[in-house]
Amino acid sequence: MLTKRIIPCLDIKDGRTVKGTNFVDLRDAGDPVELGRLYAEQGADELVFLDITATVEKRKTLRELVNRISHGINIPFTVGGGISSVEDVSVLLQHGADKISVNTAAFKNPALITDLEKSFGSQCVVLAIDTRLEEDGNWYVYLNGGRTRTERLCTDWAKEGVARGAGEILLTSMNHDGTKQGFALDITAELSRSLQVPVIASGGGGNAAHFAEVFEKAGADAALAASIFHFKEVAIPDLKAELAARGLPIRR
Amino acid sequence: MTTAIVQYNAGNIRSVLYALERIGTTAIVTDDPEQLRSADKVIFPGVGEASSAMAYLKERGLDQVIAGLTQPVLGICLGMQLMCSWSEENDTVCLGIFPEKVKRFRPADKLLKVPQIGWNNITRLKSSLFEGVAENSYCYFVHGYHAAIGSHTIATTDYGGDYSSGLHRENFYGVQFHPEKSAAVGEQILRNFLFKINT
Repeated sequence: MLTKRIIPCLDIKDGRTVKGTNFVDLRDAGDPVELGRLYAEQGADELVFLDITATVEKRKTLRELVNRISHGINIPFTVGGGISSVEDVSVLLQHGADKISVNTAAFKNPALITDLEKSFGSQCVVLAIDTRLEEDGNWYVYLNGGRTRTERLCTDWAKEGVARGAGEILLTSMNHDGTKQGFALDITAELSRSLQVPVIASGGGGNAAHFAEVFEKAGADAALAASIFHFKEVAIPDLKAELAARGLPIRR
Repeated sequence: MTTAIVQYNAGNIRSVLYALERIGTTAIVTDDPEQLRSADKVIFPGVGEASSAMAYLKERGLDQVIAGLTQPVLGICLGMQLMCSWSEENDTVCLGIFPEKVKRFRPADKLLKVPQIGWNNITRLKSSLFEGVAENSYCYFVHGYHAAIGSHTIATTDYGGDYSSGLHRENFYGVQFHPEKSAAVGEQILRNFLFKINT
């Protein structure tokens, strides 16, 4: 039986792991390859490396990091952060990345998704969407790491992304990110029930009950978290044991 | 011992090479017929679309080269599907090494997404390729098309119905999952192929 995936996310800046709460206040949490290998050994099903480096050296350092990761880690991994061209993606895949995620660049140029799907197949194209629930009751798409609001509704953009060839949606609720109070169940459920492709829920996971409800109630195919793993608040083997005990399909 | 990885227009070739390096060996990545024929083991990986991959192989005569290999050959994911007789993906005639046909997933349960992405069990394991691998072990799958169960099935997986996650005929082996991304289980399967299988 296909299992629900637990995905630690490692935010990378200048080759080191960091994690922001509500996208600010970065804290250092170690070496990405060492941390990734540890998570893989503990039973992580996949890893996401999100590069938030903004320097001109970015492409080179990311390429080198991806090369190190792919030599050191025996589970699939996704690389994202500032990816804006077929050429960027080609280089990262050649260095061993399994998937890449696109966010702001894909929103500004949706044909990028189509081009990536044609060049590499939808299985390696993850569309990352940062979204916020506003007072009018709608979920809006945000860009640039949550700093720029758009008028586009999350569900509309997700549907367009899938129609253009995205193979998975990585959905981050900005309302929930960093709170450890649970995932955004309603928007996750809306997407996972209406889209043909897997949905990875992100933002708000603080304990095993939160992961259980996003799988059971919202139908998420995978759930992603960062700081609870980096700061050892939740251990992956304990999390997976508890989810399995609740009857969820979990790889152990 | 020389291992050759078939170089063609399908993704993830490097991932297989890196996985071999992680288990302490290496391979040449080549599309040269002589190098492929003279290697002790050949790995035929691939992620991508069937018809464009077959067209690429045919243009270069690699279809004949692969089908004519006599040493152990391991097809992975698209590689395994291309070793079958036909794929529904753009109605593609494939290499015909395995008579099984490849069809798209059409799960009755609409919550089962296509493609299947993630970790699923492999069961009814029937080959030395799986020596030391427990029944129901988890492997990593990414695919929208699947091979039917047939007389050459050596591993079975359930995704809205049973299909072949492993095939074997004479010197040809195929796995639908990605051993290069399937943690310790995948490394055991790669080791078995490289170091245990002789024919």
